[in-house]
Order: sequence, then C-alpha cells, then structure tokens
Amino acid sequence: MRTARMLAAAGLAAAALLGPAAPGALADTPAPSASAASGEKAAGPTEAGTTFRTAAAFRPGQEATAQAATGDYLYWVFPADTGERPTVKATVTLPESALRHGPSTWRVDVYDGLRRRQPCMYGSQSRSAAKETASLELACVLRPVRASADAWADDPLPGSYYVRLTVTGLPEEDLGQSFSARIGVDVSDRGGRYATDGALAAPLVPGATTAEIAEAEEQADRRTPVEAAAPEDGWSSGWWSDRWLWTAAGGVLAALAGIGGYALTRGSGRPSRVPPAV
Amino acid sequence: MITRKRLATGACALLVALTAALLPTSASADEPAAKESPKVELVLDVSGSMRARDIDGKSRMSAAKQAFNEVLDAVPEEVRLGIRTLGADYPGDDRERGCKDTRRLYPVGPLDRTEAKAAVATLAPTGWTPIGPALLGAADDLGEDGATKRIVLITDGEDTCAPLDPCQVAREIAAKGIHLVIDTLGLVPDAKTRQQLTCIAEATGGTYTSVHRTDELSRRVRQLVDRAADPVVTPVATEGGARCAGAPQLKPGLYTDRETFGEHRWYRVDLLPGQELRASVSISADRAVNDDYGVLLRAVTVHGREIVRGSEAGDGRTDVLSTGLRYPKPARDGADADKPAAETVCLQVSNSFSAPPSVKTTPGMPIELTVDVVDGPASASDVASFGLGRGWWLLGALALAGFLAGLIWGWLSRWRFAVWRTH
Repeated sequence: MRTARMLAAAGLAAAALLGPAAPGALADTPAPSASAASGEKAAGPTEAGTTFRTAAAFRPGQEATAQAATGDYLYWVFPADTGERPTVKATVTLPESALRHGPSTWRVDVYDGLRRRQPCMYGSQSRSAAKETASLELACVLRPVRASADAWADDPLPGSYYVRLTVTGLPEEDLGQSFSARIGVDVSDRGGRYATDGALAAPLVPGATTAEIAEAEEQADRRTPVEAAAPEDGWSSGWWSDRWLWTAAGGVLAALAGIGGYALTRGSGRPSRVPPAV
Repeated sequence: MITRKRLATGACALLVALTAALLPTSASADEPAAKESPKVELVLDVSGSMRARDIDGKSRMSAAKQAFNEVLDAVPEEVRLGIRTLGADYPGDDRERGCKDTRRLYPVGPLDRTEAKAAVATLAPTGWTPIGPALLGAADDLGEDGATKRIVLITDGEDTCAPLDPCQVAREIAAKGIHLVIDTLGLVPDAKTRQQLTCIAEATGGTYTSVHRTDELSRRVRQLVDRAADPVVTPVATEGGARCAGAPQLKPGLYTDRETFGEHRWYRVDLLPGQELRASVSISADRAVNDDYGVLLRAVTVHGREIVRGSEAGDGRTDVLSTGLRYPKPARDGADADKPAAETVCLQVSNSFSAPPSVKTTPGMPIELTVDVVDGPASASDVASFGLGRGWWLLGALALAGFLAGLIWGWLSRWRFAVWRTH
C-alpha cells in the first residue's frame, strides 16, 4: 500500500520537475470535492432523522430542510474528506411568537463517524432567541480534516459527520410546537497546511468493514456503507497536497541557486590568471 | 479499497492531470430495504373530553377523524398499520371498568383504506383515558418480531387510571428490546398532560408534539408514519457482563443493551494484528436525569491494561451522550507462533448519569453500541504528508542550501583547477 503510494508520488514529483507545464496543470487537480459554490444550493432531504442511526444524509452544497416539533432532536449526516474544513450552518424558523411563552436556546452539535463530539473553531454553536424573534442562525466551523491521527487523538478524520440540532432551553409549555430548520454545509479547502502522512484504510463511516468483506459485497453488487456515505466524487485517495508543489518549487529554486553560486565562484567562467587562450 | 483508488488516482493524475471527477459514485444514498415491513399502531383517545370544540372551531374528535382520513390515504404501501382506541366504549362512572376500556379497532396488517376509515367514522367521544393499558395493548398488537415498530399516541388528557404510570409502562415496553418507539401528540394539552406525554416520548426515544390545529395534526401523524417506513438497521440486543471474563463476544455490528446509573458493562471483541477496531457507544437519557452527566468507553486488554479510551461529558437537556474510540492493532513483524492469532479486546462502558431519588433506576438506560473492524491504517513515517515541506521558510532554506552547495562546488573546482595548473 505504502509502496504504491510512494511510486505514485515519485512519478508525480518527476512529472512536476521535468515538465514545465505539469505544475500548472496539477494545480487544477486537487480538491475535487472541495469548495462548493455557496450561492444557490441544491435541494437536499426534506426530513431529518431523530437518532444517529436514522440521520438524513446530505452532501456539502445541498440544503437539507426539516419540519419538527420543538424538543425534537434532529440528525443529519454529511461526508467530509481530507483537507476540507466544513462549516455547518443552520437556520431555525421558530414557532409563532404568539404561541411562545419565553426565550429559547438552540444548539447545533457536530459528531464524527465514531460519534465523538467535534469542537467548533468558530461560529455560534448555541444561541438564545427572545420571545419575539422569528428565526435564528447557528454556525459551527470544524477543524480541518486530516488524513490520519493517532488512536489517542480525536482529530477530525475523513468520514461521516453527524449534525444534531435541538433546543436546549425553553419554557416547558413551549415544548412540542412546530418549527422548521434549514441546514447546509460549506466546505473550504485548506490546502496542504494540514496534510499529514498516513491514511485510514477506510474512512470513519459506521459499518465500514475490512477490504475483504467490502470486496465480497461489491461482487454481490451491494453498495458498501463506505460507498453509500461517500462525497459526490468518491473518497479522495489522500496522496495529493500542495506540499508537492512547494517541495518541487524548492528543488528548482535550490538548483537555480546552486548554479548561481557556482557561477559566482567562476567570475567570467575562468580564473583570471589563466590567459585567454591556453 | 482505498489502495486501489489511490493507485487509480495517481495514474490518472500522471496521465491526464486535469480531470477532477475521479471515481464517480452513484448519487443516491438509498439503503437496502428492511427485511420485515415496519409496523405502526395509531392509538386514539376517544374519551369524553374529546368533545371539546377548540381545534379550528371544531371538536377535537372531528379534527382527529379528519386527520386520520388524510393519514390513511397517505400511508406508504410497505407499512402495516393498526388502530387502537382508548375510552371508546364505557360511558359509566365505574373507574375499574373505565380503566380497562381499550379496544383494537383495526388490526395491524396490510391496510384496507375504506375499511379502516369506516371503522374510524363510527367513533364517538365516550369514556375514560386509560393510556397505560392502551399502550400495553398496542405493544401486544405489534407483536415481538424483528420489524421496527412505532406507536403514535393521540390524546387530549392525562391518564386517569393511576397507579399504573403510563410513563413507566412505556419504559418497560421499550426495555423489552423490541425496537419500539412511542410518539405522542397532545391535543390542546394542559401542563400535566404535556408532562406525561413528554415523559412517555422520552422513555422510548420518541417525540412529543402539541397540536392546536387540524392541519398540524394530520401533517405530523403523516410524518411519523413516513418515518416508520424509513429503513433502518435494527440493532441486536445483547447483555454486557460485569467484568471482561465472561462478557459477550461481539462481532462487527450494532448492539443495544441497558445500563443503570453507575453500572459497568463489558464486552469482548476479537482483533487480528493489522486490523483496526472502531467502537462507539451512545447512552440515551430516557428519564429525568440530573443536569451533569458523562459516559466513558474504554478498550482494555484481557490483563487489565487500558489501551485507549473515549469519554464525553455534558450538561443540560440531551437525548443521548456518545463517545467512541479507535484502536489500530499493529501488524505483526516476525512470526512468533506461540502467540494467539487474535487479541481479545475488552470494551468497558460506564456512565456518570444520576437522577433525583424520585426517578426509578430500573430498567437501565438504553445503550447503543457499534463495533466495526477495518484494516489497519497506513503507518506514517513523518508528520507531514510523505515528509514533504511547505512554505517560504522551506523555499528559503532549500535555495540557501543550493546556493552554498553551488559556491562550494565552484570553489572546489577552482581549487582543483589551480592545483592542476601548478603541477
């Protein structure tokens, strides 16, 4: 596995160094699934799940909607891949203010494929709405997803991410009123800044299996959970990062500087004591 | 699988170096259908109080009937639907008889829409509100097979048949491990009704809705019935041991169990060298619990050494508290034959939930445990991707090194030239 990766990498480095056109062309290849246009959003699921198991799946760039009763716990799930930094945005349209009795606090939580809670770097994960407020916006910017982490860390890894939206505080008589929620995920590509070495054999998707079992499933024409939960373009292979470009550019620069340094010691190309024609 | 993709991607990039769409996967995320079709039982309160005319100017009963008609029209094909009433038959004052008044109006099974509608049309608000017995009856109607089951309880008043607490009834039904969820709808509920209905919903992982309008009612019931039709993976019931020795052996899959406050539950998973264990656990707060709580999942060797742990704590209102862990077992280098092939990893689940003394501690809180075994991760030889560098410092350092190398090389060759000249 590792060797294959190395070979691919070496070939790539060679291509980058030799072909002057290569780096430019390569720069187009990264982030096949990253940075969805944040303008208009494709429609996603119109229902949300109520547990981790029933979470409604959507993809970055889609907008998932749901109608529910205050007090419900709504779950969605989306895929995030190496090098991406997902931003979860939720808009809650609160029940009619005439029916409400006081302020309510809403909260969005994000969990990874192992159901470990993921912290938000930025964004208001939790907000209170006064009695008159009509709608509320919540956001959570996750940490950039890394290719690998040691088993003792809870760094975000490629795989499924669960979003849970719920009200955490409200007057008890306001329970059970209908509200609607819209949720979307924008993904920004963080380049090679967080490109780590190593890779998971399977992304953190519940139900992931060993390669053998996955192969058997594929031969039986069944979609494996890992495939079912994949982003639009499939899970990335994880070999690409812009570190290739930086390193290659560094190599070229070093070669040029080397030539320059060599030229400096030579002056016009020969020692001055040597007569012009020897 | 990733290896294959990696190779494919590498080759593609080398040859073409411009296509962005690598390895497209089909767009839909639909799962294979469940083996047994889901069952839903609608439980309708037909007690005397349903006569009150406060939903869109109509009586609660007529609102419920209208909603039922709409829902019956929209029931998905695969759902087996049944209807049960409570308080429909006995108008008298005898509490004991009134509290047994629950009847199966339409049996759970393939739906005959006209028949079901005709049965609903005959209902007239009559008697008491025996919610507890009705729930028990509904659970019986649904049976104990592997299908997912949902009870939708529509009522306008609290249970009038104490001491059988419907909330406790709901929790005990859920504890039977028959994948049953109870959703409750309160028609213009008062404080006590709301409290009771939220308690019932909470005890089974269901939802509570308060209804003030007919369209709200039909939309919500339809949504709940549709939810029942969504195929989900049904977990396998298991019972964790009090210690690792003798704990149940789990294969990769999804499991449920129950754990009371402060209890520890142990499970065992076999792991081959070069494989990675992924486990996550969710504990549902299915009753009123104190404000601060936590959950701990530990992977321990059979000798008691902790390998890795996942923990989570929280406060305030919550449905579940989850955590997970990953344990990649290194591949074996040499062939030391005397070692057993698979390592037994013990998983310990513990919680720090607590509850006020008025809350019953049994049956325990539901646990959901997922166990996955995948191939081990590719080991990393460096922190950075392939040991590559990045940034202006790297460029500067490389350029400087190159420059110095060029200088030295130049001086060396000059020196050698000079030496050659002098000889």
